[in-house]
Amino acid sequence: MSTIKFDRVTKRFAVRADSRSRGTKAAFTALSEVDLTIRSGEFLVLVGPSGCGKSTLLDLVGGLSRPSSGQVLVDGVPVTGPGLDRGIVFQQYALLPWRTALGNIEFGLEAKRVPRSERRARAREYLDLVGLTGFERHYPHELSGGMKQRVAIARSLAYDPAVLLMDEPFAALDAQTREALQDELLRIWAKTRKTVLFITHSIEEAIYLGQRVAIMTSRPGRIKAIVDTPPVEELGGDPRSAPEFVRHRHLVWELLHDEVARAQEAERRGTEPREREATPQDPVPAVAGHDVAAGGSDFPEAGAGALSGGNVSFRKKVSSVGSHR
Amino acid sequence: MAVIDDARDLAVDVGDDRIQSRGARAWAAPLRVAGTIFRRTVAIAVLLVAWEVLPRAGVVDRVFLPPFSEVIDKWWEMLRDGDILAHTEASMKRTGSGFALAVVIALPLGLVIGWFPLAAEILSPLLELFRNTAPLALLPVFILILGLGESSKIGIVTYACVWPILLNTISGVRNVDPLLIKSARSMGLSSPRLFQKVILPAAVPTVFTGIRLAGAFAIVVLIAAELVGAKAGLGYLINYAQSNFAIQEMYAGIITISMIGVGINQLLLAVERRFSRWRATPGS
Repeated sequence: MSTIKFDRVTKRFAVRADSRSRGTKAAFTALSEVDLTIRSGEFLVLVGPSGCGKSTLLDLVGGLSRPSSGQVLVDGVPVTGPGLDRGIVFQQYALLPWRTALGNIEFGLEAKRVPRSERRARAREYLDLVGLTGFERHYPHELSGGMKQRVAIARSLAYDPAVLLMDEPFAALDAQTREALQDELLRIWAKTRKTVLFITHSIEEAIYLGQRVAIMTSRPGRIKAIVDTPPVEELGGDPRSAPEFVRHRHLVWELLHDEVARAQEAERRGTEPREREATPQDPVPAVAGHDVAAGGSDFPEAGAGALSGGNVSFRKKVSSVGSHR
Repeated sequence: MAVIDDARDLAVDVGDDRIQSRGARAWAAPLRVAGTIFRRTVAIAVLLVAWEVLPRAGVVDRVFLPPFSEVIDKWWEMLRDGDILAHTEASMKRTGSGFALAVVIALPLGLVIGWFPLAAEILSPLLELFRNTAPLALLPVFILILGLGESSKIGIVTYACVWPILLNTISGVRNVDPLLIKSARSMGLSSPRLFQKVILPAAVPTVFTGIRLAGAFAIVVLIAAELVGAKAGLGYLINYAQSNFAIQEMYAGIITISMIGVGINQLLLAVERRFSRWRATPGS
C-alpha cells in the first residue's frame, strides 16, 4: 500500500520539427504540470482523449521514463527508475512465449530473487488467485486473450508490488471477457488492497472499476477533473444500468467530450506530431540496440465499445497510430 | 461426420464404392495413414520409375544415365567395399569441423553485434560486402593461402556457414518484441539478466533457422571444394568417377550426397523444433 503523487510533472519529447527539415528538433509537450495524488490502497482510473499522455504518465510511475520537470513520488520517495515495488500490466500481456503460465509468473519472482524453492509455490498460489488452476503447463499461445491477461496480472501480483499500474489491460478483449475480468480485478483488489492506477478508453469501465476517475485534457495533458464514483456494491444487481451509474457516466462523458473534440481537431489540422508513440524514445529505459516502444497504448478498441451497448466510446477514430519501429 | 467424409475421400482414392458402407469406419484410420504415405512418396517414386524405365526404353543413353537399379546395385557393392564409407567419412569430417567452427565463431559474434548498436553500425557494411560474395568465388584464395589440404576445405565450409548463422543471430537478437523488453525492464532487470532471460531465449528459434541453413550450405560448398582438389571425399569420388568414365560410381556418389543432405536437414529441423516448441504454430 502506497501513495502515488504527481508533483507538477511535465514531460517533453524531442521530435523532428517536420519531415522536410531534418535534424531540427522541436520539443513537444506531452504532459504539462500534472498534479495528482492517488491515495494508499485506492483504485484510481485515468481517462482522457487519445494521445493525451495517459501512458506517458504511467511510464513515469513505472520508472520507464523520467519527467522533464516536477516529480513523481511513490510513498514520498521520488521515482528514479523501475522497481519491483510497482507492477505494470500491459494491454498486450507481454508474456514470455517460451515460458509456461507458471514460468511466466515465476519470471517476476526471479527478478525479485526469490529462492527457487519458494518460487514455484508462490506462482501456483497466484495462478489460483486469478482462477487459472490447471493451466500451469500451458504456453501463452495455448491460452485465450483473457487467460493471458490473467497470467500477466498474476505475474505482477506475485512479486507483491505496493502499486499496480494497468495500461488499458482489457482493451484487447471481447466484451464478455472484459466484464468478467473487471469483476475479477475488483475481487483481487479487495483481497490484496493494492494501490491501483488504471488507464482505459472506456468510460463505463472507468466508472465500474474506479473509486475515483481522473479526466485528462487533450495534449498537453493535465488533470481536468476528478470524479468520485459510487461503489459497485451499492448499485444493485445490474450496476451498469443503475441510475447513479448512468448519471456518473454522463458526467464523465461531458467532461471528456470537449477534450476529445479538441484532440481530434488538432489531429485533423496535423500541425503537431500526434502521438506520443510517434516520438523518438527518451533515453532512460533504452536497452542497447532496442527502442523500447510504448506498450501499444493506442489499440483500436476491438469492437468492445460497440458490443457493450451502453458503453460510450469517445474515441471515434483511430487515426495513424505512431510508428513502432 | 468427419469420419464419413474421410471415408468418402478414400473411397474416391481407392475407387471402391463399398468402402462407404459401415465397415469403412474400421478401415478409415489405416487407409488415411496409407494415403498420407502415398502422397508424400509418389513424386519420388515417379522419378525413380522414370530413371529406371527411360534408359531401358532407349529414350536416354544408358551409358550416360544407367537405370536406377544398376546404380543401386553399384552403390550397394561400394558400400560393402567400404568405398562409400571412406569417402563419406572424409567429407563428413570436413563438413563437421567447418560447421562447428562456424557456429563457434558466428554465434558469439552475432550476439555481440546484435546487442551493441555501435558494433552493428561499424561492421554491417563489411558483413554486407562479404555475404554478397559467393563463397566459391573465394575458393581459389583459400587454396592459395591454406594450400590444397584439409585446411582450405574446412576453411571454405566455415566461411560459407558463418553468414547464415551470423545474420540470423543478429536479427534474432535485434528483433525481440520491444514490449517484452519493456516489461522486463519494468521489473528492474539489469542488462546482463535481461539478455540472459529475455533476449537469448527469444532469439533461439531465429538462430536455429540460421544453423539449419548453414548445414545445407556446408554440404554444397564442401562438395564443390572437393571437386576442385582432393584425394578423398564424395566430391572427389564423383569427379574421379566421371573422369574415369565410371558412370555408375558417379551416380552412386551423387545419391549418397543427396541422402546425407536430406539426413542433415532433417536432423537440424528436429533440433530446431525441439528448441522452438513454444512458438505458436498457426493452423495446428
